[in-house]
Amino acid sequence: MKQLCCPLNGLRNISEFIYGGEYHDVPDYRSCSPRDWSEYVFFPENKAGWVIEWWCHLPTSYWFLVERNTVTDEIRRSFPSSDLYQERVDFSRAQTREKQSE
Amino acid sequence: MPFGLLKYGLRKHYPAQHQFTPSKELKKHYDVVIIGAGGHGTSIAYNLAKYHGISDIAIIDKGYLGGGNTARNTAVIRSNYLTAEGVAFYRESVRLYQGLSNEFDFNIMMENRGQLTLAHSDAAIRSFRWRAEVNQHLGVRSELVDRNTIRELVPNLRISEDARYPVLAGLWHKDGATARHDAVVWGYARGACQRGVELHQLTEAQGIEIEQGQAVGVQTNRGRISCGAVVQAVAGASSNVAKMAGLQLPIQSFPLQAMVTQPYKPLLDPHVSSPHVHVYVHQTSRGEFVIGGGSDPYPLYHTRATLDQKEKLAGSVLELFPFLAQARVLRQWAGTTDMTPDYSPIMGLSAVKNYFLDAGWGTWGFKATPICGKTMAELIATGRVPELIKPFSLERFYRFEQVNEAGATAASH
Repeated sequence: MKQLCCPLNGLRNISEFIYGGEYHDVPDYRSCSPRDWSEYVFFPENKAGWVIEWWCHLPTSYWFLVERNTVTDEIRRSFPSSDLYQERVDFSRAQTREKQSE
Repeated sequence: MPFGLLKYGLRKHYPAQHQFTPSKELKKHYDVVIIGAGGHGTSIAYNLAKYHGISDIAIIDKGYLGGGNTARNTAVIRSNYLTAEGVAFYRESVRLYQGLSNEFDFNIMMENRGQLTLAHSDAAIRSFRWRAEVNQHLGVRSELVDRNTIRELVPNLRISEDARYPVLAGLWHKDGATARHDAVVWGYARGACQRGVELHQLTEAQGIEIEQGQAVGVQTNRGRISCGAVVQAVAGASSNVAKMAGLQLPIQSFPLQAMVTQPYKPLLDPHVSSPHVHVYVHQTSRGEFVIGGGSDPYPLYHTRATLDQKEKLAGSVLELFPFLAQARVLRQWAGTTDMTPDYSPIMGLSAVKNYFLDAGWGTWGFKATPICGKTMAELIATGRVPELIKPFSLERFYRFEQVNEAGATAASH
């Protein structure tokens, strides 16, 4: 079986993982237009070639990023999300703030 | 006809009949260039030439006629969808399929054997009841059936309550059918070529020329063609071709693997599918069991086989038909399915003028071949979007007006 290297658990069978979609910058939902938001939600790049995507190791619920080729199915590297996100993105706090202002 | 056949039989020579235009030089200009020589592309060309008097058309394909997903689908025709928009559209397609052999004077081997979808849970029964009501309201023959009826329809099905997922009920769709998928594309291509359409195989689209927001030409590996309109009908490569025109589509491409067993004598009449165990199966007129299931778990532009997916398929089909444990797999293959978020296609206009989209056909493209060709041809010829395909425009994703067919599609084609 194909294997994937999890930054937390090491090399595991691909059946232990679930694909979580392409990696994108998240637009600021408080300021972006509905059109931009729909593009973020519905329109993947669907690139043929090297892409960065989200994967989750199911038994440990660990989300991380993988660089994979969507034509050859080669995996170049996998790395923790902390490599790209230095700060925590706190959606819930933003939501409560919105509720308070309503 | 019998007399003609007799005369033909008594001939000394049987010269090969050319069904399609032999390959020749590309012209500098065509009224319409269709990218993709599959069922959809040839169907659009056929309808344009036959019903709209537009025959200055080039169908170009980087491979060969009907060599993509037209050859790879599992040839299921049905209209038991969930939304009013979806049912109306596919119902019309099933109706057109019924008359297609006569229209072509070419046998597409249409077989009306019905489709049975199995429910293994209360939730599935509820959704089947919903689908049956919507279908009946729109004149599509679907009904909820109990275990006794299922036993009569498919005596070989393992219906015992000891099964891991016992069958509780079924959605019986009498209009379900199958046809020879290659014959469909050959019929359309032959009819189109007879009316002056040019088929150019091994001709790859490498760029779309756009001037002032309007598609004016296509660059190919055999030179540049200028044209009045461009249509893309390239299941499995929709995102990549659309990118040439500067368009992004709400599509992610996944492989879908299928396989065929050795032939058996006729055992299974209808097409049987189970969304719960993720498998669908029917027996072809040659006796082979065609087995398909869900798409691969992650996107890929490759038609390779994986043992785990094949194991899953085999395990699922044995849940329903244990006697297949002895069957040998003759062939296996995969096709790239362009999945949309709502499991409905994308048809119609794009942001580029005179650039028409026929994309996002995921796992439901074959059954829509006749109606898609008819409505797309009408759109290209008249510039007006036919009512039937209005709900499937690309714009629906910007307006958050998806046509949700996820429940009526998943592993049940």
